[in-house]
Amino acid sequence: MKSHRIAGQPPRVGDSAVVRRLLIALVLIFGTLLVLAPLLVIFAQAFSLGLEHFTTTIANPDTRHAIYLTVVTALLAVPINTMFGIAAAWAITKFDFPGKRFLLIVIEIPFSVSPIVAGVAYLFVYGLQGLFGPALQAADIKILFALPGIVLASMFVTAPFVARELIPLMQAQGRELEEAATSLGASGWRTFLTVTLPNIRWALLYGVVLCNARVMGEFGAVSVVSGKIRGQTNTLPLHVELLYHDYNTVGAFAAASILTVLALFTIIAKVLLERQGAGRAGRPTLAANKGGTQ
Amino acid sequence: MPGFPLSLGITLFYVTLIIALPIGALIFKAASLGPEEYWRIVSSPRAVASYRVTILSALGATLTNLVFGLALAWVLVRYDFPGKRFVDAIVDLPFALPTSVAGIALTALFAQNSWLGSALASIGVTVVYTPLGIMIAMFFTSLPFVVRTVQPVLEDLDPALEEAAQSLGGSDWSIFRMVILPLLTPALLAGLSLSFARSLGEFGAVIFIAGNRPNSTEITSLLAFIRLEEYNYQAAAAIASTMLFAAFVMLAVTNFLQARALRYTARD
Repeated sequence: MKSHRIAGQPPRVGDSAVVRRLLIALVLIFGTLLVLAPLLVIFAQAFSLGLEHFTTTIANPDTRHAIYLTVVTALLAVPINTMFGIAAAWAITKFDFPGKRFLLIVIEIPFSVSPIVAGVAYLFVYGLQGLFGPALQAADIKILFALPGIVLASMFVTAPFVARELIPLMQAQGRELEEAATSLGASGWRTFLTVTLPNIRWALLYGVVLCNARVMGEFGAVSVVSGKIRGQTNTLPLHVELLYHDYNTVGAFAAASILTVLALFTIIAKVLLERQGAGRAGRPTLAANKGGTQ
Repeated sequence: MPGFPLSLGITLFYVTLIIALPIGALIFKAASLGPEEYWRIVSSPRAVASYRVTILSALGATLTNLVFGLALAWVLVRYDFPGKRFVDAIVDLPFALPTSVAGIALTALFAQNSWLGSALASIGVTVVYTPLGIMIAMFFTSLPFVVRTVQPVLEDLDPALEEAAQSLGGSDWSIFRMVILPLLTPALLAGLSLSFARSLGEFGAVIFIAGNRPNSTEITSLLAFIRLEEYNYQAAAAIASTMLFAAFVMLAVTNFLQARALRYTARD
């Protein structure tokens, strides 16, 4: 970095004033147009008819139900996902077993599969034309076009989120501390709570925050499995689409602004957690990471 | 160490129920169509047109990410300027923002009656309801990938390499091209493959801005969705399984590139 360099040293590559200004200008102009401007458009549109109209839209029963459903979905999907992430990280980093690399690849499948494909796949498990659909209907159990389907699809798309933060970190930390604790007589739970958890808490929280943002914002997978019944199975991201197609643009952006505030809080939490060292160990793919660190 | 049966049990149960079962059900459904019927659906002109617009837009978005993502990573690592931390944080917005929100925001931003849309229209560029709009939506949602894979590598780059090249009289451009870029290439490729994979599967951000006209601005994931809404489950299964296959190919490519990138950096 230019400003940190000792006077008298030659400038580094790209430090000439022309290149520097040109690149900074390019990044700021394109960044403003393509990232910042969409953000501003959301709030500008949401409040374009005034604050009162905004609050009326948010207070609409369908919108309120969509917010409620989104929160309930997150309250179910995120904790279950977190438990899975911790269990997977513990099994994968503390033990050696055949098929580990394959397991890592399977855990990351949702990351590269289109949310629409995920939704279609769930339809062929629980839908009437799927594997269990007829049996479920006979037993009068509703999974699709109801809360369980929304939660399951959300759990699919976010399956890797917690695990992929914990696995690289716990791999780097090794097994010595836990082995010492158990050899001194601590139980498995006590070892996890007093030895492992303090070391992974920020990364864990980081994964939970990202998982929550994705669950609350998931659109494609949920739009296939929810059935989009207004006031019943419409989550907030789906409600944004519904209002938009109703030509209620201001209403759509008002609903969208709630999700945008959530996204901004997610980013702030992410920055704060990164200052605690979270998110550093992560790499784009787990299976590859394993090859690199061991 | 304790906890192996419990932790592996939970993991395998979850992976089987949440990931493997639906994927398996989709493959089973697609396989039950038989090769002729399957091929008839996935090679229909409307499906092929959707692959074309999806792949070309994803390529365009990924190449834009190559230039812009690299420039952004470079600026964030190498230069100091006011607002740098804000820019660094806001790079993650496309990951944090729900795709339907991104979709309507980009559509409103580029609509013909908006200031940006009308300014672009005056120079003859239409974004909304064109493949260019699809490309911009894909670019937006995949922006963080290249930046976030290149950034750490650029931070760890040894200044001695550049200094050696400078002492040998290399120009900035030739040092960038012949010394720095080769060192960034593995990370760059890994980021690009992630960005391309994400763009291929993107749905929410694209459908609002795309116009969704069959054979011209209809992406493959939307076609699968439309087939479902028409209760044509065979076609939905066939098209979705084709996308699944493409995702598996991209997963393999990404894993290969990322493993290579890490071996490369581990050697330094």
